[in-house]
Amino acid sequence: MTPLPAAGPIIRAGRLLTVLGLLGMAVVYLLALAHTPVEARQGLAQKIFYVHAPAAWGALIAFVLVGIASLLYLWLHDPRLDLFAEASAEVGLAFSAVMLTTGPIWGKPIWGTWWTWDARLTLTLFLFLLFLGYLTLRAAVRDPVERARFSAVLGIMALVLVPFIHLSVYLFRTLHPQPILLKPSRPSLPPAMLRTLLVSMGTYTVLYLGFVTLRYGIGLRRAALLREADDA
Amino acid sequence: MPEAVRSALAIAGKDLRLEFRTRTGLLSAFVFAVLTLLVFNFSRDQSLISTTDLAPSALWITVAFGAVVAMNRAFIIEKEQGAIDALLLAPVPRGAIYWGKFLANLAFVGLVEALTLPLFVLFFNVPLGPALPGVVLTLVLATIGFVAVGTILSAMVVRTRFAELMLPVLILPFMVPPLIGAVQVTARLLGGRPLTEVLGWLRLLGTYDVVFVTLCTLAFSAVVDE
Repeated sequence: MTPLPAAGPIIRAGRLLTVLGLLGMAVVYLLALAHTPVEARQGLAQKIFYVHAPAAWGALIAFVLVGIASLLYLWLHDPRLDLFAEASAEVGLAFSAVMLTTGPIWGKPIWGTWWTWDARLTLTLFLFLLFLGYLTLRAAVRDPVERARFSAVLGIMALVLVPFIHLSVYLFRTLHPQPILLKPSRPSLPPAMLRTLLVSMGTYTVLYLGFVTLRYGIGLRRAALLREADDA
Repeated sequence: MPEAVRSALAIAGKDLRLEFRTRTGLLSAFVFAVLTLLVFNFSRDQSLISTTDLAPSALWITVAFGAVVAMNRAFIIEKEQGAIDALLLAPVPRGAIYWGKFLANLAFVGLVEALTLPLFVLFFNVPLGPALPGVVLTLVLATIGFVAVGTILSAMVVRTRFAELMLPVLILPFMVPPLIGAVQVTARLLGGRPLTEVLGWLRLLGTYDVVFVTLCTLAFSAVVDE
């Protein structure tokens, strides 16, 4: 059986990164409230954008990394990759929950409805459900090696599903604001807003790393305890 | 005929023979599909929503639910008396086992669809006539995609607790792209639009099929190999 690294230092590193990320969040809130101008048409409601878009970004990183770790797991059969995928999926679930709750809070004043069956909304909801399904599958398989194989297959399949989801979005009529940062032409955002958005995205990346490291450390500790129990 | 193809056909033949001898799976999946169609008829105010507006979604939700019920049994029959171990011990490539199961599921789900479609026309009174070839093509394309995914997922969930509940939870997100496409195509075709208008969607369905059939064939050994 592959020896697992010690959990202690990893958990400590995860804590440190998480604290850094939370401090970054405070900076993001200050910047969003004091530094950025009030958007002309949307008013204060637009401020939630600095939380919503980076949360979506975090969920996306989490999702892609689950897929890549899954692919590597099937190749290398290293249990650490499986534990990382598990950690990333849990954090991704949390980030997509933030994305799905901040979205409607913005949608109510701007679109006049909490929820609309717009393509992108529907499909991000399914992204959330994919994370949920992935974690449900993990919870339902008892044998750790079998669990790792099954969830790796599901993780890869989910990653392949995303481009199809994306394509359906463009073929389907959509209400959602179009991408303003990652698009072929230059970002169409005033500098102060762009700065805040980028700081927030960096913060969410640090938070993602902190949460995942912490959760990965906990996963390592749990796996080590289970092995001890099996040996005893 | 290559060895792997013969093995796949033998496995598919075995599954279908089992199915036709007992008929419980087929019958229950079909009755389930009919009941879903019936429930749809009572779920709307007939004076407000015309049947043609409701028809595409009714057809596709029925097909999707029927398919999930049908696919659940693919590996359950192998689990009883540990038949899966014998199947895996056979000197047959893993891909061939996957294809055997996939083809059997495809025939099974296709049969349920073929039985449901005339009832759909009857209950919803839709003018299917000229749209029939396009709708059948859409049925085939969409079904291949989600049966490919369902086959590998059912091989996984059969080893878990709450298998029957787990398959719908896992497969429905994967059914979304084929279902959105299929509903869009069906709605346009039933509305008398030409097939050329929906080529984009059909291409998407076809790409989905190629990608997921390939991926699931490759990934299957990771599911069954200890």
